[in-house]
Amino acid sequence: MTESTTRAPAARAPSARSARSAVAGRLSWPVAVVAGIALAVLVLPLAALVLRAPWADLPELLARESVLQALVLSFATASIATACCLVLGVPLAALVARAATWPTLPRRVLRAAVTVPLVLPPVVGGIAMLLLLGRRGPIGRLLEESFGVTVPFTTGAVVLAQVFVSLPFLVFAVEGALRSADRRTELAAATLGASRWQVFRFVTLPLVAPGVAAGAVLCFTRALGEFGATITFAGSLPGVTRTLPIASYLAMQSDPDEAIALALLLLAVSVVVLLGLRDRWLPGVRA
Amino acid sequence: MTDAADRTDAAGPRPALHADVVVSRGDLDITAAFDVAPRHPLAVIGPNGAGKSSVLSAIAGLVPLESGRVRIGARTVDGLPPERRRIGLVFQDYVLFPHLTARDNIAFATRMRGGRAAARAAADPWLERYGLTSLAGRYPAELSGGQAQRVALARALAAEPEVLLLDEPMSALDVEVRAEMRTELATHVREFGGATVLVTHSPADAAALADSVLVLEAGRVTQRGTLDELRAAPATPYVERMLAASAD
Repeated sequence: MTESTTRAPAARAPSARSARSAVAGRLSWPVAVVAGIALAVLVLPLAALVLRAPWADLPELLARESVLQALVLSFATASIATACCLVLGVPLAALVARAATWPTLPRRVLRAAVTVPLVLPPVVGGIAMLLLLGRRGPIGRLLEESFGVTVPFTTGAVVLAQVFVSLPFLVFAVEGALRSADRRTELAAATLGASRWQVFRFVTLPLVAPGVAAGAVLCFTRALGEFGATITFAGSLPGVTRTLPIASYLAMQSDPDEAIALALLLLAVSVVVLLGLRDRWLPGVRA
Repeated sequence: MTDAADRTDAAGPRPALHADVVVSRGDLDITAAFDVAPRHPLAVIGPNGAGKSSVLSAIAGLVPLESGRVRIGARTVDGLPPERRRIGLVFQDYVLFPHLTARDNIAFATRMRGGRAAARAAADPWLERYGLTSLAGRYPAELSGGQAQRVALARALAAEPEVLLLDEPMSALDVEVRAEMRTELATHVREFGGATVLVTHSPADAAALADSVLVLEAGRVTQRGTLDELRAAPATPYVERMLAASAD
């Protein structure tokens, strides 16, 4: 059989890419110099961290009780936060993608609401959550009076703060995947007898699975690094709310070597995650 | 349900399609009314942008009707969502599920009604009949145009629709394979035996696949009849040109 029309665009793609890189190869030298400086701004601090790390003492530093405690707490809370983001974020992404057909105002309001945690200083998010869920906050008082539950300065508060800051990463990754998926596959599924739920479960979700995976990974790393909202809303109780970034910050004042070890640990996790992600999964990198 | 692929002309009588649709496509209002008897496929033919595909989408329930009726036998389906109409639609570029193998594409409708194992087994007779057995494990991106068309048709018919709609079934195929695929498609449509509507702009497709022709121009029906009747008295310059172009 000869090549089908559906395959033709894929076959053309490489030539377009090589044409682009040929143009990129003709960078003028001022642009190249500035780009080099920009790259240095991004990479040099991390290089300093790696160079100054107390490599010999690293095993001992990382085996300390306080470090292990923060490590376990961070990975546990970031994992739970990521799971929460998956459950909450995929439907929200579906809503945001569907909103493309809405009138301008509600569409912009929705998009702004989802984007807020990306641009807001996390401390502000922490204060806001404290006002909502604190003892005198509207929901906080209700929870305390009805169930005797207090949220601030608990491990639950750590998870909430992480969900707040990392949810947009999942929503935008999944929304991008939803937008680029061929909507007609959903129509085809409907003509084949699939209910709305079945269309979502058997067609939409598998088609956006790479976006969901990428979003979950970004979510996890963002949650792992969360500092401002956490320390404001959850405090810094060892073993309860003192996560890796908080432990690292505090150690910087008493034991810089421990702080560097913790920082190195966080950096290593980020690098592993970045290497695991393919370029096309990262929003922005493709463009 | 597993014997759907083996159903032949001996199967019981199939319902007719009655379509009386008014659809709005933004720039164009489309009005078309016609009846299609089982075993007598109708070709809707017309220039690009005449609204042919919109008529099919409306019958399948993928776009809303402005007004009108769609009936299958005694069943009025225009109030039903697409998944309950029992209308099979083969899209112009097939729109196979890219994440599913040929087998799982064909098994999709059965899968929606029951378990995975039963659905995969139910795909076997279809794969065999459409010469796809050796390609069962391939994904759509690994299929040629002709193979993708077979999968798309088998996928639609495996859902046991009462009506079959084909949107420009030949247009995504390379010219060299069209004649062969046209003959093959005609065989499968005959075997299906239910009311069939196909959209095309090619009189050759209409001649091979349909008993009669309905001409749609700018959202209006301008002529209907057999190709011979159209030839004897073309109602519009478009019909005349179209038939002349295909005379060679």
